[in-house]
Amino acid sequence: MRLFAFSKRCAKEIIRDPINLAFGLGFPVVLLILLSTMQSNIPVPLFEIESLAPGVAVFGLSFMTLFSATLVAKDRESSFLQRLYTTPLRPCEFILGYLLPIIPISVCQSAVCYALSVAIGLPVSANILVAILVMIPISVMYISLGLLVGSLVGVKAVGGICGGLFTNLSAWLSGVWFDLSLVGGAFETAAKLLPFAHAVELERAIISGQTEGILTNFAVVIGYAAISTTAAVLVFLRQMKKQ
Amino acid sequence: MYSIETNSLTKRYRDVLAVDGLDLKVREGELFSLLGVNGAGKTTAVKMLSCLAAPSSGGASVGGYDLLSESEKIKKIIAISPQETAVAPNLTARENLELICGVHGFGKDRAREKIADLSDRFGLSDILGRKAGKLSGGWQRRLSIAMALISEPKILFLDEPTLGLDVIARSELWDIISDLKGRTTVILTTHYMEEAEKLSDRIGIMKDGSLLTVGTAKEIMEMTGKERFEDAFVSVVRGCGV
Repeated sequence: MRLFAFSKRCAKEIIRDPINLAFGLGFPVVLLILLSTMQSNIPVPLFEIESLAPGVAVFGLSFMTLFSATLVAKDRESSFLQRLYTTPLRPCEFILGYLLPIIPISVCQSAVCYALSVAIGLPVSANILVAILVMIPISVMYISLGLLVGSLVGVKAVGGICGGLFTNLSAWLSGVWFDLSLVGGAFETAAKLLPFAHAVELERAIISGQTEGILTNFAVVIGYAAISTTAAVLVFLRQMKKQ
Repeated sequence: MYSIETNSLTKRYRDVLAVDGLDLKVREGELFSLLGVNGAGKTTAVKMLSCLAAPSSGGASVGGYDLLSESEKIKKIIAISPQETAVAPNLTARENLELICGVHGFGKDRAREKIADLSDRFGLSDILGRKAGKLSGGWQRRLSIAMALISEPKILFLDEPTLGLDVIARSELWDIISDLKGRTTVILTTHYMEEAEKLSDRIGIMKDGSLLTVGTAKEIMEMTGKERFEDAFVSVVRGCGV
């Protein structure tokens, strides 16, 4: 009951912000349309819809990091959290209250991406449903990273870190926009050490019905999701005590 | 019977002594103001008493519960309206009130009753459907205090409730706060002399983390030999009144 009340509030705060809607849904949709149009004029294997759709769907989740970080940072700065700390809400209810409502938002975003991709030419198959389901652990990782950043810094810094730095990192190091092996070296190694490229490869494998590498990529994503969630919980609790 | 009793309550942030050995007794139903200039330690004292910050040393009893070991019980009988309005901006005023009902575990019927009652008392009926972030400062403060009162707290902490409000909004809020007297123990922090004088049963004046004196406005004026409360405050803070 308490968790539901707080989750509902967090969902409303995000959904009712027009900027969130514009970036969360509008940006991935525009990217898909734009790159598919380019692909029809100048064919690039990377931008074929089977490869592009999973990439854009995963990249779109970087906005969930921005949303969750902004929400927590705003709540901290406006003393809204201070008010709630004096209520019977338990620490785990705070974390879940932020995390849970953003998962269905992420799933909706992915569903819109894949639906549009089908309209563009992605073959309809059950794999799309599996790919959307697998987006759940991937989104937990992205949302938790946002909770972590939002617990550490203020709203202004969140804009820079999540809106600028993180979005670019997750774009460059994901293999969505260019083949990582073409750059190679330390860049490719760094990308392989981070979860973004693994999340994209996992989604691409599911959409294309391949099994190779699925387990490894899934394990990396789950591992990062677990680490980022644990770190977010610890930092949030530390900040709560620091009040 | 004391609602709040502190015993050498102290808070230190690294090199800064924010609250220094606070000894305070607040009676049930009393409106007690903590008055002081910026950085006096008022907000830190409130944060400790409302379980938001752990004391560095000392202790306190809040509503009969031990501050250090029974914070969960204390949270059930207190509420706070922080210095900032602390409302959810994209939620309507009604949804903000519903949220607080929800986090206190109220059922639908009880929540409806409470919201109707508080809307009536605070004159919120006309703005219930408006987004909280779009309301004026005065209305946000009203909403903030209404949110704090939803759980029917025995002790209410109001941190600078009229900060930044215009004269009319401040006067309206004073009426609301005065109305709480006798029913709820209110700890109010402010640096407005007039506010403390007009609203409080007793006033504690703080400076540099220390409580310099406690008494009614009249007692403090008599003690310092001043006719105006503001002069009495200045006298106490400058160290020539105690």
